[in-house]
Amino acid sequence: MSRRVGVLRFPGTNCDRDVWQAVEMAGDRPEWLWHADRFDAAAYDALYLPGGFSYGDYLRSGALAARAPAMRSVREAADRGVPVLGVCNGFQILTEARLLPGALVKNQSLRFNDDWVELEMKNPVPHFAGPVGPGARVRLPVAHADGRYYVEDDELKRLQDNGQIWFTYVKNPNGSVADIAGVKSEKGNVAALMPHPERAMRNWMGGSDGFAFFKGRG
Amino acid sequence: MKIGVKVMPRKEVLDTQGRAVENTLREHGQKLDRCTVGRYIVLDLPDADSEAAMARAKTMAETVLCNPLIETFELERL
Repeated sequence: MSRRVGVLRFPGTNCDRDVWQAVEMAGDRPEWLWHADRFDAAAYDALYLPGGFSYGDYLRSGALAARAPAMRSVREAADRGVPVLGVCNGFQILTEARLLPGALVKNQSLRFNDDWVELEMKNPVPHFAGPVGPGARVRLPVAHADGRYYVEDDELKRLQDNGQIWFTYVKNPNGSVADIAGVKSEKGNVAALMPHPERAMRNWMGGSDGFAFFKGRG
Repeated sequence: MKIGVKVMPRKEVLDTQGRAVENTLREHGQKLDRCTVGRYIVLDLPDADSEAAMARAKTMAETVLCNPLIETFELERL
């Protein structure tokens, strides 16, 4: 069944067209949601926060976007159990909004990291990457400067105990704590990762493992 | 009323920029134990009462200017 999917846009979002296309390729119906406007939290079957450099990464990456009016509606939707996926800057925005634990800081290398990486699924998020099972590996592109996931030791333990680590890097590209590439919320409906599934939808793009992320269960 | 907000990385491990700047200074022959990179924000507030201004600046720092997971902040009247 085709889902009604909201795609968030902030000033500086730059993967929005790619995500739109990916949502359509998966057979769903994308709609733009503008950062300055509230929206009906009950109206969407899923919400996507694409990558980019919202507000030019001013203050901290994702910090200003996390406080935009549309994010209040995202929070309401998340509370209702609507699946929310953040990619790259979307991940940074969701941590800054405290909808996901931790923070994303500058890569240990201080370099912008533009590459393909291999990920391993630790715990499933049924709403996203449904067809991929725990232990399975996927290959996706990364493109980030602030991709190093950081949490304190006690919080890391909590994430491990709760099964909130979604994906880890097989080879850590940015210094992330415990090789973490993606996490999910305690309830499990909010999830995010640094790599870009929407850039790996077809073999001609270099790989098609991203397709699964736009599909729900099975 | 102007209030300065000094935001600093909470731990050395989070201060990647500080490490890089430190290395460059050392390469320039400078001796130093540590260089820490943070940011300084100046708020110009309409409040006449300095206590009220400080209280509002604190709220701004806690809710937007500083991410307590990775940073600490200090306020000063300017």
